[in-house]
Amino acid sequence: MAERRTRYARDPLGLKRALSDRLLPGLVAAMALLAALALAGSRGAAALKDRWQQGAAAAVTVQLPPEQAARMDDALSLLRAMPGVAAAEAVDSARMRELLRPWLGEVPALPLPSVLELRLENLSIDPAPIGRQLAEAVPGAELEAHGIWVARLAALARSVQGVALAVLALVVGVAVAVVAVATRAGLASRRQAIEILHDLGATQGDIAGRFARRIGLLAAGGALAGAALAVPTLGAMASLAAPLSGGVVQPWSALPWLDLLLLPPVAGAIGWATAQFSVRRWLKRLP
Amino acid sequence: MVRFTAVGLRYPSPDGQEGPEALADLTFTLPEGSFTWLLGASGAGKSSLLRLMHLALLPTRGELEVLGVRVNAARRGALPALRRRIGVVFQDFRLLPYLSAFDNVALPLRLAGRSEASLRPDVTEMLRWVGLQGKELSLPQQLSGGEQQRIAIARAVVTRPALLVADEPTGNLDSHQARRLLALLAQMNRLGTTVVVATHSEDLVEQFPAQALLLEDGRVVHHG
Repeated sequence: MAERRTRYARDPLGLKRALSDRLLPGLVAAMALLAALALAGSRGAAALKDRWQQGAAAAVTVQLPPEQAARMDDALSLLRAMPGVAAAEAVDSARMRELLRPWLGEVPALPLPSVLELRLENLSIDPAPIGRQLAEAVPGAELEAHGIWVARLAALARSVQGVALAVLALVVGVAVAVVAVATRAGLASRRQAIEILHDLGATQGDIAGRFARRIGLLAAGGALAGAALAVPTLGAMASLAAPLSGGVVQPWSALPWLDLLLLPPVAGAIGWATAQFSVRRWLKRLP
Repeated sequence: MVRFTAVGLRYPSPDGQEGPEALADLTFTLPEGSFTWLLGASGAGKSSLLRLMHLALLPTRGELEVLGVRVNAARRGALPALRRRIGVVFQDFRLLPYLSAFDNVALPLRLAGRSEASLRPDVTEMLRWVGLQGKELSLPQQLSGGEQQRIAIARAVVTRPALLVADEPTGNLDSHQARRLLALLAQMNRLGTTVVVATHSEDLVEQFPAQALLLEDGRVVHHG
């Protein structure tokens, strides 16, 4: 009994009953999970964009047919002399066999084309004139400019990042609305208690603070549950996305741990601030 | 001291417009340390007048001064501190149903920031005085109407307020408890508390002759 008295003495508005510890945390948990997915999507898209853009400058390859293999040095000299070409290097046969091994296996007898890698000075340079000049000097030479595709993929990644951030903003907006509705429900169910405390000399800050602490705690708890749910979800998604990042990233190390850790305090702060605003606004109707 | 100067009060009508004046042209002064009976028929405006005195309502016109503070001119943020100097016995008790008798009585002290250790003797003493020792942990719904009223009285006086307003405080009390309450009010008044009691009980008024404010249709028709 003494314990019950202490508990209620700390909660004279009866907010532990008025503000359920299931509905609001459940909703916030779902939104925290969505926020974690959106944040991870944004971070992943940003990482892919950076990775693709870093590789884009070197993503031009030149292939010489086997009968022109002897003219490799001529082709290199010509390319290095061209404006816009930062570097041109031959890909040696050992590296070629290494690159082809996953698809063709050991191919010692197969004639392989001679391949050169070009690094352009920047992505805005059109590689088509370079390819034409090379083909005139070395018939059969072909140039493939992957940079264009990489640039387009990077633009796609930027779009994905933008959409993820928009989803995150939407989730935050919905969270604020949910907290505001929960606060209004709490105000409605504790209207008489609020008026009694007000008449006994409670300040607006006292009443609003009690609501804000309770709702902030519920929101933080819900976000903690949502973040915990997000860990295995994001781990599975990271495993699925591993090939896009070279297949060498461990799922657990790819998770946005800092974002996940920040979710509960941020959700708590959003709940606290929204409740403070809602309650103080409601209290203006009292003298 | 409580001073009303040409005070009027209107409640909003259901359509949001201002309704007719529930109180009109109230001008009177209750000196510090006075005891005043507030009399009048049902609907005369006694409860509205008491609500103005304990700042649950603000006048729509005129000037109101309570305990030296001009309420009309006071900052909104200054009113809670003023309310904590006023004890109120509500006609409908207004106890918090999920708080024990002890916690209901302790509520004003906790709102004032008193420590748990220091408030316990005061609350226990007050509950003993109103005859509710042993019922500290009872919830209001476990108590009779008279016992609930005594909790409301204990809550109003536990802070030793400078102004005590009571709306029909003996409505649910038997004659013995009513006499005890009157003795408590008189004792507080002797200690300097300004006391205003709204009542229909002529017996109560006869037991403790004091100045009276007679209200009729929202106006003071007799003061003295």
